[in-house]
Amino acid sequence: MADPVHECALRLGDDSLILGQRLSEWCGHAPMLEVDLSLANIALDLVGQATLFLGVAGDADKLAFHRDVLDFKNCLLVEQPNGDFAQTIARQFLFSNWQELVFRELTRSRNATLAAIAGKAVKEVAYHARFANEWMVRLGDGTAESRARVVDGLEWVWRFGDELFEVDGVIEPLIASGVSADVRKLRGEWDQRIARTLADATLEMPKPRRAAKGGRIGHHSEHLGHILTEMQFLPRAYPGAQW
Amino acid sequence: MSKEWPLWEVFVRAKNGLAHKHVGSVHAADDRMAIEAARDTYTRRMEGVSLWVVRSADIVASDPGESAALFEPAADKVYRHPTFYSIPEHVKNI
Amino acid sequence: MYTTELKDRNQKAAPVTTAAEDPVKLAAFEARVAADDFIEPKDWMPEAYRKTLVRQISQHAHSEIVGMLPEGNWITRAPSLRRKAVLLAKVQDEGGHGLYLYAAAETLGTSRDEMIEALHSGRAKYSTIFNYPTLTWADIGAIGWLVDGAAILNQVPLQRTSYGPYARAMVRICKEESFHQRQGYEIMMALAAGSPEQKRMAQNALDRWWWPSLMMFGPPDENSPNTAQSVRWRIKRETNDELRQKFVDVTVPQAEAIGITVPDPALKWNEARGSYDFGAIDWDEFYAVVRGEGPVAKERVKARVEAWESGAWVREAANAHAAKRAHRAAAE
Repeated sequence: MADPVHECALRLGDDSLILGQRLSEWCGHAPMLEVDLSLANIALDLVGQATLFLGVAGDADKLAFHRDVLDFKNCLLVEQPNGDFAQTIARQFLFSNWQELVFRELTRSRNATLAAIAGKAVKEVAYHARFANEWMVRLGDGTAESRARVVDGLEWVWRFGDELFEVDGVIEPLIASGVSADVRKLRGEWDQRIARTLADATLEMPKPRRAAKGGRIGHHSEHLGHILTEMQFLPRAYPGAQW
Repeated sequence: MSKEWPLWEVFVRAKNGLAHKHVGSVHAADDRMAIEAARDTYTRRMEGVSLWVVRSADIVASDPGESAALFEPAADKVYRHPTFYSIPEHVKNI
Repeated sequence: MYTTELKDRNQKAAPVTTAAEDPVKLAAFEARVAADDFIEPKDWMPEAYRKTLVRQISQHAHSEIVGMLPEGNWITRAPSLRRKAVLLAKVQDEGGHGLYLYAAAETLGTSRDEMIEALHSGRAKYSTIFNYPTLTWADIGAIGWLVDGAAILNQVPLQRTSYGPYARAMVRICKEESFHQRQGYEIMMALAAGSPEQKRMAQNALDRWWWPSLMMFGPPDENSPNTAQSVRWRIKRETNDELRQKFVDVTVPQAEAIGITVPDPALKWNEARGSYDFGAIDWDEFYAVVRGEGPVAKERVKARVEAWESGAWVREAANAHAAKRAHRAAAE
């Protein structure tokens, strides 16, 4: 069994890496130049976080470019396709509000490296959450079309929310020893945040449904394989090459 | 054809103690978006600690056609500048 | 990235004339520009100056925005986390530069929407270089090294251009771009020092990007009829051929330093001139690309149009929401 701290760092790093990869697909194609720059900034923050967290787990590049699907530990939410802008925002909305709470807790980690990374990243993510919350409101309380689209986007991502608050046997001891955040305790605050923004956006809370889970043990959606195919192409095609 | 988002002028305070300085403009639909666009456009390299955004349409500018009347009269008020007054070398702290 | 007026060869160069202008105002304007004074948005300026500037600055802005596409093509495939972050930051910078330039052009009374419409309809041009495809990772190195290198030579003198908002945008752009060329050359260095496959990639990229890079400086001076006027107005500070020569002179030794070869059999150091002589440029290709017949020109414009059109509902939603908020605030 690998070091549980490594496993914890992998999960955090993979979340940031895969979402950063997804968001960078927008670069050059966003609805407005200003929005293009904002999405790229968020993607850059996430790639930076991934580099640091994966560095805790081992050689960051080796981990990013030489693992296959079963060894990636990101949540299913972040690998979901961008869809339209509304779906991208809905995904960011659920994720950044969660990530901000997790990083806030992690700044108090007994593991000084994780605490330091979280200390830097929590400020980045607070901005991501602000950006996503505001766009949820603009789209929800905008035009009939934007409202319909953001309702659809939220519908798509909603089933991936529960996974964010799962704790398993790998993380349990780390919570006990004060290394990892206990995400279960963050659920109430997250629910409140989500509810508050949805109310501002004049949107209904989506109905509960069966949760989609499995990312933390490598049981992903079909999307991840395609993300990796693209992302890992060069290091895989030219083994041993330096770039 | 949708309406273009309004233009906002962006001012950045490089560090506390300095005044905000005009750096450029962004398009944004509302004030919070304008702050975010300004942040993501003009402070990507630690250029600032504070931002102002003002709708370009709300800026009142002096007319260059009147610049002679507005600014040239100041040119001969040399007595407003300390170098206008000669003080003997041996007098200090003035 | 590109600052030379682009026109089809067969298209008559728009006659730059100031005949209809008030001679007293015109003389005062010319004197200010000749004295290296800056012209600011509300100042009087000849219509031809305004038009030339709008065309030049918007072409420059479009080049930045379209220029995001060939490099953006490799962000998701960058071979390491560091390369990914650097490339993303760089492409984002190009977007920022497009934004600064649109803003500078807007001070001349043309809206960004109008400029974008001109790009999408094909009326406005952008740098020919972005109509070439990025086939391998080495192309990202070659673009940074050659295309940004060429851009820097074009842009540095424009920091002192006569139009204040343009000059200030260029100061910002030059400062930010200083890392772009270096990161590109660093990629080329790594490839040139790598495996035989990587070396091949690097050489192949130089082979494909060299001539298009030379074309970036625009047509030869004798076919660039408004150059004299633009130089006099400080909209342009050096001619196309002067800048092109400078580029060749600085770039050839950089290729030699990493052991790759410039694809020009006529390239030869000329001791008497203190410069390199180089082979003839295929101007037919250049004008074809200007006309919109570049290898991936259709794809580039299509990508921009699609992004713009599929984002229309987002822009409308934000406007609608702002209007609702304003309405509610007024009711309180």
